[in-house]
Amino acid sequence: MNAHLQPTGSAYFLTQETQQTERHTLSVLVDNEPGILARVVGLFSARGYNIESLTVSETEHGRRLSRITVVVVATPKVLVQIKLQLERLVPVHRVHDLTAEGNYVERELALIKVQGTGEHRAETLRLAEAFRAHIIDATVESFVFEVTGKPDKIDSFIALMSPLGLVEVVRTGLAAIGRGPVGM
Amino acid sequence: MAEKMTGAEMVIQALADQGVEHIFGYPGGAALPIYDAMFQQDVVQHILVRHEQGATHMAEGYARSTGKPGVVLVTSGPGATNAVTGLTDALLDSIPLICITAQVPTTLIGSDAFQECDTVGITRSCTKHNYLVKSVNDLPRILHEAFLIATTGRPGPVVIDIPKDVQFAVGEYYRPEVESLRHQSYRPRVDGDLKAIEAAVDLMLKAERPVFYTGGGVINSGPEASESLRELAELTGFPVTSTLMGLGAFPASNPQWLGMLGMHGTYEANLAMHDCDVMINIGARFDDRITGRIDAFSPNSRKIHVDIDPSSINKVVQVHVPIVGDCNRVLEEMIRIWRSKTNQPRTEAIAPWWAEIAKWRAVGSLNFKNSDTVIKPQWAIQRLYEATKKQSKEVYITTEVGQHQMWAAQHFHFDKPNHWMTSGGLGTMGYGLPAAVGVQVAHPDALVIDIAGEASVQMTMQEMSTAVQYRLPIKIFILNNERMGMVRQWQDLLHGSRYAHSYSESLPDFVKLAEAYGGRGIRCENPAELDAAIAEMLDYDGPVLFDVIVEKDENCLPMIPSGKPHNEIILPDTANLGSIIDEKGRQLV
Repeated sequence: MNAHLQPTGSAYFLTQETQQTERHTLSVLVDNEPGILARVVGLFSARGYNIESLTVSETEHGRRLSRITVVVVATPKVLVQIKLQLERLVPVHRVHDLTAEGNYVERELALIKVQGTGEHRAETLRLAEAFRAHIIDATVESFVFEVTGKPDKIDSFIALMSPLGLVEVVRTGLAAIGRGPVGM
Repeated sequence: MAEKMTGAEMVIQALADQGVEHIFGYPGGAALPIYDAMFQQDVVQHILVRHEQGATHMAEGYARSTGKPGVVLVTSGPGATNAVTGLTDALLDSIPLICITAQVPTTLIGSDAFQECDTVGITRSCTKHNYLVKSVNDLPRILHEAFLIATTGRPGPVVIDIPKDVQFAVGEYYRPEVESLRHQSYRPRVDGDLKAIEAAVDLMLKAERPVFYTGGGVINSGPEASESLRELAELTGFPVTSTLMGLGAFPASNPQWLGMLGMHGTYEANLAMHDCDVMINIGARFDDRITGRIDAFSPNSRKIHVDIDPSSINKVVQVHVPIVGDCNRVLEEMIRIWRSKTNQPRTEAIAPWWAEIAKWRAVGSLNFKNSDTVIKPQWAIQRLYEATKKQSKEVYITTEVGQHQMWAAQHFHFDKPNHWMTSGGLGTMGYGLPAAVGVQVAHPDALVIDIAGEASVQMTMQEMSTAVQYRLPIKIFILNNERMGMVRQWQDLLHGSRYAHSYSESLPDFVKLAEAYGGRGIRCENPAELDAAIAEMLDYDGPVLFDVIVEKDENCLPMIPSGKPHNEIILPDTANLGSIIDEKGRQLV
């Protein structure tokens, strides 16, 4: 009854992926113990998941808990697997798919070095003000700006700085948290 | 009640407190303090292996045949890296193992010291969890936590890496309360959601073409789960098939048994899976050897999936009723709910289904052409099975990996759980001989047979020496076709019968080899002499290498060829394997 189906001829099945990929922000609460980051990152590479951005730091010193914010791009089916595979790791307490759950805020911080003199320098300053970027270092021919916001705001600022003498950029990766009074 | 002792003594004390009687290991520089502590006690018996991979497979055989965790002790560096294959094998087949690896002293870690390797780094992806113990004060908790993690939820291997200075250090030993261990982040779900179980039973009550598809999870859930499965099967009257890992959970002698399913499963099991309307998966994981082509897998069924690991559900096949929980608990609930609704099996409603199954059975998919002049491998296993049935001893079978493994699964029949030990997920050649050693250690009075191939068995042959040392009378039943038979079969299927390196040009004389190890060697090549030779093997009180010279180019059938759905299975009368797979398929594995 399935004779019309074309065999792929492999013992391993290479089915065509029909689902579209989506970008999701996951928040992972873990025990801050040695090797935890390697465990999480190793899981992503071992199972072929893609990481767009990753931030990690201890957030509750008393209980030695860390929060990992990870941005992934995957199909909805794989997103569910990523969450379940993360939860299988022994030191992982909880995983929240903030994008799926909706209501959350996200921010990123970037440090941006721009070099220039004369008219460029004045233009740089005007744009920095518009983006609420702070000057945290200055010389007669350069600035280092600190800019915070959503990743696309930072992207825009960097794009504007590019013709004005952009030297280099450092970004922290995304930090995200659910809105409202309840914690994760 | 704390007691002062060294880290090395804590290791032994924790093993004793966990009820461990046997461990499998190999000493080395970094492990010496633990070996010294072991020398001074007689609670835990140490089995000295010949290679650390052997130790891990022995522990797997021990664990799978007893339901208790297997324990391995190896030294740093090569000791740990040699254990990696067995750890990975245990991870894929969900076998509870504790592997204690010694490490160079903490002050030398990272200095490329002698016999140093990054054990926790190397084993992170092949264990359920692993630890590097940096302080003796953490050791008691970690030792006991490791047992908890290895044995609960979906079982698996846990590595504890203990630097030599931590083994020497003195600290306070205590046995932590189970409740205090990992209570926050590690909580396996064992009770299935009641609503989901009710929904499952509702589907089962309406089923007209149902099938139970059971797996290794039923074995891991303990002998009670096998009892519950039998009870539920009897209550419902539904047919039962099982994966390679689940053989024995349901008795092969029961008329409701369809045989194993999957790539080399029976025609009736695979067709029942393909044509069913309700599939009840108990503790199996839709492995690619089972499903064949996913988009043509059981296209018209409602699927129920019981698994203790939430990530197994919807990983490969989307199911309609997922139930996360321990197999036995869920089975017990299913029985209770079924009973609350009816006392009758669905005999009449599913009679047409059974009639269809009977037609598939009549095809005789496991048949083969026997011969008077050469021993057929399938026949050799059938004769072995018949001979062991007459034994008063408990019979345990282990296997290596390849054609002989599939023939053993097809032609050796199991009526009890925990009597069949094989490497399913990882497919580790060399598993069977050491696994048999482990099983025999756990069951000294049983008959333990490794059904082997001449290629696989040479991968861990040195453990014959372990068997001789501990007077373990394991029987190694080698189906010798001078080929890596399964590789040869695939080369026939996919690569125009170009036999690249799939034959052995200089095999050892297995009889002399057995004698060199201090065991017994028997060779048989005449079908007329096979029964007598098997009897001689079974009667000998000691390890035997039994070299059965079999038909060289026999194919393992039935077979669901690469890339085909269940209903396009190749039966034994198909002549030309080479024409079955198309050009595109040949580029793939």
